[in-house]
Amino acid sequence: MTEPLLRVEGLRVEFNLARGVLRAVDGASFEVRPGEALGIVGESGSGKTMALRALVRLLPPAASVTGGTVEIDGVDVTAASEGQRRELRGRTVSMIFQEPMTALNPVMRVGEQIAETPLVRLGLSRRAARGRALELMSLVGIPDPKRRSRAYPHELSGGLRQRVMIAIALSADPKLILCDEPTTALDVTIQDQILKLLGALQRDLGVSLVFVSHDLAVIAQTCTRVAVMYAGQVVETGTVDAVFHEPRHPYTLGLLRSVPDFDSVRDRLSSIPGAPPDLALPPAGCRFHPRCPFVQDDCVGAPIPLIDLRADGTEPVSDPTGVRHLSERATRCLYHERCAEDARREPVVARA
Amino acid sequence: MAVAAELVAEAQFVEHRRGFRRRWYRTPSFVAGVTILGLIVLAALAAPLITQHNPTDQDLLHTLAGPSRSHWLGTDELGRDVWSRLAYGARTDLRVAFLAVVFPFTIGTVLGLVSGYYGGWIDTTTNWLVNVVVAFPFYILIIALVFALGPGTRSIYIAITLVGWVSYTRIIRGEVLVAKRREYVLAARAAGLSDRRILFRHLLPNVVTQAIVFACSDVVLDILAIVTLGYLGLGVQPPTPDWGRMIADGQTFLTTHWELSTIPGIAIVITALGLSLLADGLADLLRPE
Amino acid sequence: MSLTGYVARRLLHLVPVVLGVTILCFFLIHLVPGDPARTILGNQATDQRVALLRHDWGLDRPLPVQYGKFMDRVAHGDLGTSLFYNVSAGHLVLERLPVTLWLIAFGTFLSIAIAVPSALQAATHRDKPSDHVVRAVPLVGLGFPPFWIGIVLLLVFGLHFGRLFPVGGYGSGFFGHVHSMFLPALTVAFTISPILIRSLRASLLEVFESDYITTARSKGLPERRVLAHHALRNAVISTVSVLGVNIGYLVGGTLVIEAVYALPGLGQLMINAINQRDFPVVQAVTLAFAVMVVLVYLLTDVVHALLDPRVRFD
Repeated sequence: MTEPLLRVEGLRVEFNLARGVLRAVDGASFEVRPGEALGIVGESGSGKTMALRALVRLLPPAASVTGGTVEIDGVDVTAASEGQRRELRGRTVSMIFQEPMTALNPVMRVGEQIAETPLVRLGLSRRAARGRALELMSLVGIPDPKRRSRAYPHELSGGLRQRVMIAIALSADPKLILCDEPTTALDVTIQDQILKLLGALQRDLGVSLVFVSHDLAVIAQTCTRVAVMYAGQVVETGTVDAVFHEPRHPYTLGLLRSVPDFDSVRDRLSSIPGAPPDLALPPAGCRFHPRCPFVQDDCVGAPIPLIDLRADGTEPVSDPTGVRHLSERATRCLYHERCAEDARREPVVARA
Repeated sequence: MAVAAELVAEAQFVEHRRGFRRRWYRTPSFVAGVTILGLIVLAALAAPLITQHNPTDQDLLHTLAGPSRSHWLGTDELGRDVWSRLAYGARTDLRVAFLAVVFPFTIGTVLGLVSGYYGGWIDTTTNWLVNVVVAFPFYILIIALVFALGPGTRSIYIAITLVGWVSYTRIIRGEVLVAKRREYVLAARAAGLSDRRILFRHLLPNVVTQAIVFACSDVVLDILAIVTLGYLGLGVQPPTPDWGRMIADGQTFLTTHWELSTIPGIAIVITALGLSLLADGLADLLRPE
Repeated sequence: MSLTGYVARRLLHLVPVVLGVTILCFFLIHLVPGDPARTILGNQATDQRVALLRHDWGLDRPLPVQYGKFMDRVAHGDLGTSLFYNVSAGHLVLERLPVTLWLIAFGTFLSIAIAVPSALQAATHRDKPSDHVVRAVPLVGLGFPPFWIGIVLLLVFGLHFGRLFPVGGYGSGFFGHVHSMFLPALTVAFTISPILIRSLRASLLEVFESDYITTARSKGLPERRVLAHHALRNAVISTVSVLGVNIGYLVGGTLVIEAVYALPGLGQLMINAINQRDFPVVQAVTLAFAVMVVLVYLLTDVVHALLDPRVRFD
């Protein structure tokens, strides 16, 4: 079993607001191995973006990490100093953001922005850094790199800007790239291009990805494993195959069912009744219980932990180094069997 | 239909006022500003009561005297009581400054309303006028105007009006440009209300708050202009006491009696501080939530 | 659109403004209550002199004709003749111009030197003590009359502290100028830096919330580089605009500062002309100041366009 590149356990992120403390992330645990692409899916307010940002401590000023551990490439980020974290950023871990128009410096040429990390962090000369930038621009599929490198962000189209962002993220040969809804702000056709690019790069360069999105189709296309988040918690993990074919959490089931399917005819658009909870006062017990079709009495009581779903039901194996590995397949639903049954009975069409 | 539009506009206006009344005492800058300004205005109004001498009485036997029981802040080079001159100077300068704001405020607001609402050649001409006036350094134009018109407070009013309307026009015009696309204006127009009614009953109450906030800091500018004119001998004419004039008179004795020039300056700074705090507080309070 | 295209377009927009400026200057004389010629020359002047002046200035002709004559003279560089010195007013203006330009340039330089570090300090230490101190500066500072700042500085540095700086005059040679002009320029700087500090601090705070700052941090760049290369580069753009808008105030302040420090510049020329009732000179100086300000506006626009690549594309 290979060492995970990224290990997150029990992550907690809190916002200090005037009206109280808001737990944007309350117990997120997941793992990413080298060369692997993990998707984190959830609706707005599920905490997925905050969890991602918390990994490299790029949170908004009012937010702070109040619990859990994050390990990147063997370094305990939670216990590290800001200087050590900064060392990791750009070189080991980099990020791609949702809105490239605002995420790029409007008064700097894009070539300069791509060359910045090699120049400053890798100590390349100006010429070498510029050369590297041009290389990267070709790699991400930007035509006519020499001319385009002198352009300013507002002179480029949305798709090109996102490619620039990807180039920036790759510029110091990171091992892990965190993607915060990189295709949400793009047209569908461009979306597809960027996803294919990310997929190709990931495979060719062997980079790990953590891909946050609310779009199940996008995750299915790009990732091999997925973690589903709801109300600040990870509620289900597993391979994309397993989770999307046999969801073992009612929320996941609901999500899958609510995706409009143009291939089959149904009576009406299915949706999950109710609304996501107020994170300052989450429901007792299972956070999804007010909206769950399978709810039982013991769902409303003590908080539900992540349940390991190994096939043989044994305790998780700890490896010789003493690190406890998070499960390949887990869920936070006590009645996951019932859920899986329901999914088998009325299959959710898998999207290509 | 017309009634509905009126009600909507009314409701928004009342909303503004209610918010103000609820929060004014909790806004520190507003409270501080009102306090400081209040004290100074009070002192100015009560000048005859709190001073022992006439500000213009000269006592050539006791010139440049230090503080004493009879003269709390001493006397100047003509034996006049400094404290009296300070208090009466407040009277003069504050009165002129507050009055001087009214004309630019009114003219500027009306021009801003009209040019913002109608656009077209009215707007183009107004903008041209604004650019022309703004091309002159503020003090230069005021001084040139006062020079041409002859020294004295009447010239000050005219000069400040001719130069000061510009800021109000800009502010109001900007607000109107935004406001005229809002639903309540469109509703009023759809209801067939006359332009004049829309302008003054609906638009004006909603756009004027920014101008009011600016008026407070404008008073500061006016005080500074008046005092500068006084310093240069162009403004308030002696023997009427004026802080600027006091500073100018005192400059000759800078090496020996520096307080003559310093004290009026401190008075100006404190007054301006009170007004600035008031302006900041008002801006906070009147900001739409 | 290229830079020259932009400049050309801005210049074109300035033409009606400059025309308006000349009209206003022209009208100054007509603001004088009563008979301008008599008022200018005073009651002692003979009727003959008054009539001569009236004819000389074309005050007996219809308004448009007067304006035409005025513009004709201005176009030929004739800004009138000083009543006091009997030389060309334009000549006097040009003579005194360098001093005022020095004061403006030096003052602007110092104000930037004061404003940038202060605003940076305040913005990076938000709500801490240094931020509160810096925020108090515009609040209190804008209430200081420029001439009073000058007097206080004069008192403290010129007269008390071992006579560090000369109390008047222009000095000779570059370093002589710097030495003599330091206090006046500092006074100018104190008048305008409160506005700059307030604006730059607000800009910086806004920029700090931007996504591209997060991107820069995600590159693991040292905070200093994030501040200098990303935050400041964007924040100065709006501050340049603010500086430009307030340049009128800065230039106007030089007049009274020249009075305080007895500097032989345009401001002093104007004050003397006022005291001597030398109308043509007052008019000429007013016009000169306006033209200066208009050129500075143009300059700020150009600098703004240079700093912000998004500008030329509207």
